Amino acid sequence: MTETRVHFYQVGSFAVGNRLLSDADRTVQASPERTNSLDAGHRACQGCGEALGARYALDAAMRATQGRLVAVNATGCLEVFSTPYPETSWRIAWLHSLFGNAPAVATGVAAAMRAKGRDDVRVVGQAGDGGTVDIGFGTLSGMFERNDDVLFICYDNEGYMNTGVQRSAATPPAARTATSEALGADPGNVFGQGKDLPRLAMAHDIPYVATATVADLHDLERKVERAMTVRGARYLHVLVPCPLGWGAASADTVRLARLAAESGFFPVFEAEHGVVTGVRRIRQRVGVEEYLRPQRRFAHLFAGEGRPDLVARLQALADANIVRYGLAPEEE
Amino acid sequence: MLQQLEGSRAIAETVALCRPEVVCAYPISPQTHIIEAIGAMVKDGRLSPCEFINVESEYAAMSVSIGASAAGARTYTATASQGLLFMIEAVYNAAGLGLPVVMTLANRAIGAPINIWNDHSDAMAVGDAGWIQLFAETNQEAADLHVQAFRLAEALSVPVMVCMDGFILTHAVEAVDLIDQAVVDSFLPPYEPRQVLDPDDPVSIGAMVGPEAFEEVRYLAHLRQLDALELIPSVAEEFAALTGRASGGLLHPYRLEDAETVIVAMGSVLGTIKDAVDARRRAGERVGVLGVTAFRPFPVVAVADALRGARRVVVVEKAFSLGMGGVLATDVATASPDSGGDLATVVAGLGGRPITRRDVEGILERSAQGTLPRLSFLNLDEDVVARERARMAASRRSGPFAENVLRDLAGGRAHR
Repeated sequence: MTETRVHFYQVGSFAVGNRLLSDADRTVQASPERTNSLDAGHRACQGCGEALGARYALDAAMRATQGRLVAVNATGCLEVFSTPYPETSWRIAWLHSLFGNAPAVATGVAAAMRAKGRDDVRVVGQAGDGGTVDIGFGTLSGMFERNDDVLFICYDNEGYMNTGVQRSAATPPAARTATSEALGADPGNVFGQGKDLPRLAMAHDIPYVATATVADLHDLERKVERAMTVRGARYLHVLVPCPLGWGAASADTVRLARLAAESGFFPVFEAEHGVVTGVRRIRQRVGVEEYLRPQRRFAHLFAGEGRPDLVARLQALADANIVRYGLAPEEE
Repeated sequence: MLQQLEGSRAIAETVALCRPEVVCAYPISPQTHIIEAIGAMVKDGRLSPCEFINVESEYAAMSVSIGASAAGARTYTATASQGLLFMIEAVYNAAGLGLPVVMTLANRAIGAPINIWNDHSDAMAVGDAGWIQLFAETNQEAADLHVQAFRLAEALSVPVMVCMDGFILTHAVEAVDLIDQAVVDSFLPPYEPRQVLDPDDPVSIGAMVGPEAFEEVRYLAHLRQLDALELIPSVAEEFAALTGRASGGLLHPYRLEDAETVIVAMGSVLGTIKDAVDARRRAGERVGVLGVTAFRPFPVVAVADALRGARRVVVVEKAFSLGMGGVLATDVATASPDSGGDLATVVAGLGGRPITRRDVEGILERSAQGTLPRLSFLNLDEDVVARERARMAASRRSGPFAENVLRDLAGGRAHR
């Protein structure tokens, strides 16, 4: 009989339940004092990773700032599903302007607060990967370069899901989208150079950069709270699986986020002033195939004879992340 | 106190008197001197509290302005030409959100071909954006209009664009009377926003609006523009009472009383046109000028009233809609359909081409003779145009046409 090492958290996920934590370490969501920044009644899809991530992130930011918070939102799923009036889900001061300008609008809010002597009011900008990595990148880089006092959060679901699942610069190679169909000799998205926003943010030497996933919400909350202790430009990149765009079961959102991290495909780390200061090491390493298979956007890699060559290239990307950030499990 | 000032300096000094709290700056000629001067005032503490943000594009300049204004700050920026076009999505957005940003537009041509000199193509490109657009005739008026602009913008929750001719005004040094700070303060109360991002009273701004309400929301914005037609003259009157200057208002009529021929125009060219009108009046001709200060909202009724006695209307404008004709002229024709039969458009001053008093007198002569076409282009070099047309007819690969024209004018050989 083989022996299986069982940790005290026996849910197989390594997630620590709230009941096992001290009050101080429990998630904001466990508190009746939570602000419900993104309240019930919005129109996100079942299993939406972005809604989950935004709720945790903003409630954590509200707790960290004692409610002195303004949120600026780019156009996108989060904006659309939260605001068909009169059913706004926002219980915080919230402004949506355009798709590509949320970082600059956030800069403007922060500047106004400073001019008015309201430095206690902090600003969070938020966008999906399209509004961050693609159309919003110019304004984001400007905000970073000036070191404006804004926490910008990218909820990365790796594509333009609001417009019908088109490819963004954050779409992984080989993934099928409506503009990178699983056709021809090179099905799915191209193997380009990638546009690694956390590293680009680090290249600006801003005070704080972190990545997180909705599989580890305590980690997400901790990073938001850490970010709010810092003044200047901060960037948080949160992987938020999209059941619709990824072709995955609604119940698998958290599992997929976990597999993205555990495979090394999505590195979870934090950095200060351009230097990595901490990584979330892999606990139970899995191959990328385990992460890719449940997603229909990668189905062409496994249908028929499959495309082991492409899977191998994706595995190489994950392996490179593991080396770059030192993500290998401690046991290894 | 009268001072010899560059137009841009006069604007910077006046904007500072209005106590802006956030100023966004991105360089584009010919507005750069304005933001440079404001930046220096913030840097040395003369203008405080004020945040001066050097942004990475005009799109960011207007976007930062949107955020600052939505957070309750009095907000200013300046741009021109390509810069205005680059920020156009945010220009519409600021108006749609009802944010009272004030922006100087140092009017400049739009490329291609690239051209840094003055015309009104940029302002015309955003005539439908929902901004109040006021055109200054002189540097004094440009300065005065900025004080009025903040007042109008904040009273109506509508952004205001003060249009002043690039280089002709922005870089001209002439006597300007800067207003006393106390007068500005009495004229311009602190900004009280109708909507503001406030953690103590959280609201959602910028929500999705579907077909059930979009038309009403847009119509409300239109009504605010119509309200501006009432407010612009009263603000100008109040300003005149404080300063003794007739700056702003909807229109600047000049010698219209018995005028049979009226030239309609906007901006600094009005001075030249008035000189020409004075000359023709001395020769006994019944001519006058209608200067349009408020291009948006367009004073339809006031224009109709002003042109009622005119037999011939000539719109001289520094922009045109390709494939159609005059832009201002179209609005004038809408306001005054009775003059439609005798309404001529003269497109002039494109890309900084001078408009002289002699040019204007020539226009008046041809109008009186009945030889002014419905649409004409002042001082157009028809020979150069014909040569390029011939080249295009002769060869498929006739080459880049702007460059061909330049070579022709320089006496060289065009692409063949």
